[in-house]
Amino acid sequence: MGQITYAAALNRALAEAMREDPKVVVLGEDIGALGGIFTVTQGLLEEFGPARVFETPLSEACYVGCGTGLALCGWRPVVELMFTDFLMVAMDQVCNQAAKLRYMTGGQAKLPMTLRAPIGARNSAAAQHSQSPQAWFAHTPGLRVVMPATPADALGLLASAIECDDPVLVLEHKSHYGDKGPVPEGRHRVPLGKAEVKRSGKDVTIVGCSRMTLLALEAAEQLAAEGIEAEVVDLRSLNPLDREAIVGSVSRTRRAVVVDEGVLDFGITAEIAALVHGELFDELLAPVVRVGAVHAPIPFSPPLERAAVPQVADIVAAVRRCLGKKPADI
Amino acid sequence: MEYLQIYGKMLLIRRFEQRVAELQRAGEVPGFTHLYWGQEAIATGVCHWLTEDDYVVSTHRGHGHCLAKGADAGRMLAEIMGREDGYCRGRGGSMHVADFSCGMLGANGIVGGSLPISTGAALACKLAGDGKITVAFFGDGAVEEGVFHESLNLASLWSLPLLFVCENNQWAISVPVGRRQAGGGAVALAAAHGISACAVDGNDAVAVVEAAGEMVMSARQGKPGLLNCQTIRWGGHHSAQPTRAYRTEEDCTRGEAACPIARLGKRLVADGEATEEQLQAVRAEADRAIDAAQRFAQSSPLPRAETVTDYVYYEGSAE
Ligand SMILES: Cc1ncc(C[n+]2csc(CCOP(=O)(O)OP(=O)(O)O)c2C)c(N)n1
Ligand SMILES: [Mg+2]
Repeated sequence: MGQITYAAALNRALAEAMREDPKVVVLGEDIGALGGIFTVTQGLLEEFGPARVFETPLSEACYVGCGTGLALCGWRPVVELMFTDFLMVAMDQVCNQAAKLRYMTGGQAKLPMTLRAPIGARNSAAAQHSQSPQAWFAHTPGLRVVMPATPADALGLLASAIECDDPVLVLEHKSHYGDKGPVPEGRHRVPLGKAEVKRSGKDVTIVGCSRMTLLALEAAEQLAAEGIEAEVVDLRSLNPLDREAIVGSVSRTRRAVVVDEGVLDFGITAEIAALVHGELFDELLAPVVRVGAVHAPIPFSPPLERAAVPQVADIVAAVRRCLGKKPADI
Repeated sequence: MEYLQIYGKMLLIRRFEQRVAELQRAGEVPGFTHLYWGQEAIATGVCHWLTEDDYVVSTHRGHGHCLAKGADAGRMLAEIMGREDGYCRGRGGSMHVADFSCGMLGANGIVGGSLPISTGAALACKLAGDGKITVAFFGDGAVEEGVFHESLNLASLWSLPLLFVCENNQWAISVPVGRRQAGGGAVALAAAHGISACAVDGNDAVAVVEAAGEMVMSARQGKPGLLNCQTIRWGGHHSAQPTRAYRTEEDCTRGEAACPIARLGKRLVADGEATEEQLQAVRAEADRAIDAAQRFAQSSPLPRAETVTDYVYYEGSAE
């Protein structure tokens, strides 16, 4: 297994899909000569030319809709949004049009469109370039949502997203683009809707996705030094959600901490906590503990930015709370 | 003879809408329906030039576009009545009726919402390189939406085989176009985006056919265009809406006086292209077709409640 970055893994998924299937085309802002502001589309224009790589005007609603039209007419578009925050400009096209068309037309529409968009608070990008609004999209029937944490999952999930005949939103974390990790050499797919246990443990389950999975792994490492064995379940997909994997892990550990970088209130963690409480109420040794972003836009100044989204220490503290340990016990 | 066919299609749309209104009054059509009566010359005149392989996208007032593109009246009526044999199996209804088998990619409940989609369908036509085109029908209200401008820009920039057809019926619900739009309207805005545009009397079927013929031909050569059709909305915004609060009686009846079907019929007889008997036969045929459509729709079952989540996702994808 070679080591490549998350951005390179996404790039490989795109290039391989375009080589395999002439119906795969890419659209987005600055995705040509520049190769996308996060380098994910580098080399595609050179290899596939302007009839497969469409640099769009700054018209998010229009080019997302353009992707929808292409998909309805037999193409397999992959649309890059420069930031997930800009998807909000195209909300009608994503949530009213693309997500609903198959249903509204009684199954006539097939909509194999992939939307790729970066999330996450990083480097003081401030309130309009830092959000993690996955809950909004996971709340939308008809739209698949995946959130890779590692280069291998980025490759495998994007490849599966492109092959999927539903619209899929791939939320990529901005902090990960430069991270290196092992990636299989040959064909690699991560099925949509399959979580992965990224670390095994018997005392508590930490459920997360995207960057929160990586922080959960760090937290688990710290906790191990205290003799606490945490299991880390990486959701990888929000829709379809791998309910079995979550319930399976927590039924063994009987305690759960759920972490998400989105705003805590009405977010992903509430959905998962409700699932666990509903399925395992009698087996649980403690209520599920949730960790998420504060109820504020993402701020600019570094100490505020750090305070807004979950950090490793927050996850460690949540696990201790879940285990009934007071700070003084440690 | 061509125009006799066009007359027949317009009449089919008219009779369809009249039947929808009747059935709605009888409580057989749920929700609200935006009727296309009075605007038949536009859909019919434009779709006259299209083949089954061309695409159209439409609006909340979409029954006419669907029928003009070749959809079956029975399956459409079944859809509008929420039945299982409707085109969308009762999931879409009047505002989302679509027939992909004839290239009708859907009515749309969001004003302007189908315009970006039309750019993608047109790009698909361009990439296929086989001369297919896409036609986007929209009302004067959509001209105020941001996506109208974005879509015109993209069509112009990428030379998309896309014809924009604005049905300027002067109203968006209760506000006339003059109180909503500054500037020169759709034609001037098209010019600003480098798109050739022309205005036509949308109640004159012959004028629409002639203007659309040229623009469809240009679109097939990768030259997008915009056709601005002046027309009149008959009655309320949707079938159950009273107009007293905002529209004079005189303005409401203006439409009927300019009826595009009566106008075409008169012209055909005056030009010796058809006899009164032929027109009568066409009218009788339309009545028969709508009666048959109603029988089909009424005999179709309502969808079963346990199928409510069918068709959200593509079968066979991840679950
Ligand atoms: C984005 C959006 N805004 C508002 C509405 C409510 N609405 C439905 S139809 C309509 C008027 C549209 O006018 P026009 O485009 O001229 O079409 P017409 O009804 O005259 O055929 C409005 C405001 C809507 N459906 N979508
Ligand atoms: Mg109008």
